[in-house]
Amino acid sequence: MQDLLSLFVKSIFVENMIFAYFLGMCSYLAVSKTVKTATGLGIAVIFVLGVTLPINYLLNKYVLTPGSLAWLSSDFADLDLSFLSFIVFIAVVASITQLVEMVVEKFSPSLYNSLGIFLPLIAVNCAILGGSLFMQERGYETLSEAVVYALGSGIGWFLAIVSLAAIREKLKYSNVPKPLRGLGITFIMVGLMGIAFMSFMGIKL
Amino acid sequence: MDKKIFTDPFFRKNPITVLVLGICSSLAVTVKLEPAIVMALSVTLVTGFSNLIMSLLRNTIPNRIRIIVQLVVVAMLVILVDQILKAYSYQVSKQLSVFVGLIITNCIIMGRIEAFALGNKPLPSLVDGLANGMGYGMILVAIAFIREFFGSGTLFGIQIIPLDWYVKNGGFYENNGLMILPPMALIIVGLIIWIQRSYQKELVEE
Repeated sequence: MQDLLSLFVKSIFVENMIFAYFLGMCSYLAVSKTVKTATGLGIAVIFVLGVTLPINYLLNKYVLTPGSLAWLSSDFADLDLSFLSFIVFIAVVASITQLVEMVVEKFSPSLYNSLGIFLPLIAVNCAILGGSLFMQERGYETLSEAVVYALGSGIGWFLAIVSLAAIREKLKYSNVPKPLRGLGITFIMVGLMGIAFMSFMGIKL
Repeated sequence: MDKKIFTDPFFRKNPITVLVLGICSSLAVTVKLEPAIVMALSVTLVTGFSNLIMSLLRNTIPNRIRIIVQLVVVAMLVILVDQILKAYSYQVSKQLSVFVGLIITNCIIMGRIEAFALGNKPLPSLVDGLANGMGYGMILVAIAFIREFFGSGTLFGIQIIPLDWYVKNGGFYENNGLMILPPMALIIVGLIIWIQRSYQKELVEE
């Protein structure tokens, strides 16, 4: 239980998807102009991560790792399908995103309109695929670990995008040098926020 | 063929500093020059050939399922790159870790397929893909150069700053540890954008 709690805190703060690994940067920079849309996208990312990562965990454990097909028949005991993991993971991510898109369109058309092109683009949001690949590389052992890691990194991404959107809303009123306006100052700000988040790195969990 | 297809991605429409594509998986690999160059090459090959394949297939794919088809084509190319890297340069492949897989979701690739390859003939698409990969690689190498030189005092792992200069050997110099940290990559990109926009006024945002 304690392990899970520390994994949760670690994936939100210490190994934040944005500030430690720069995953999901494209939509992070493009959709962070207002807090409202940022919140919507953040929640969508938490949801898609929370659903796809456990599915990919199960696929990885029972289909992809070397020898994992032994439960099917002993003939497959020495089969290694791990080279297929990219294509399997991305297929799961793409289909779940399609599902989320249909659900959001049905139940919250206003959110659907404000997210626009970025909802389908969650399929190519590196944070989602990155979560699955980190899960595979670090070899999380139980399903609950995978779920906790997924939720933690989703919430970390959510916090990051909402705080950047809040700063950008305030920034409209400040006098930034002209060539630096818009994109340039946003990069520098994300860098400074990343330095602030590095203070969590000293925490050993 | 229009020469602009090749030259635009380097400055006027650079994928990183102007179109904001493909920042996702790239900045974490720029601590050292060697992984940055390997990453740039891999991305260039994948963008080039995915553009070529999608352009050849563009009239046969129904519009509704194109995203899935694109992902499958890109994933196949990335699996090839990943297996080649594992076979011929295992050390770099370990350093890049998950970021090779993340080329699949690199927005440059999808962005160029959507914006260019689906509406153009195969040859210009191939050129556009390769040029965009190189424009991306150029920024990547520039960042990696700055970070490795000031952060470790080396280039390609070879010591450039004389060892006698360091404080621990009785000199005056110390490496800038901040350059090794991930946030510096973002700040360097911000500064590159600032420099570029000071010269190209038409890019300035209001």
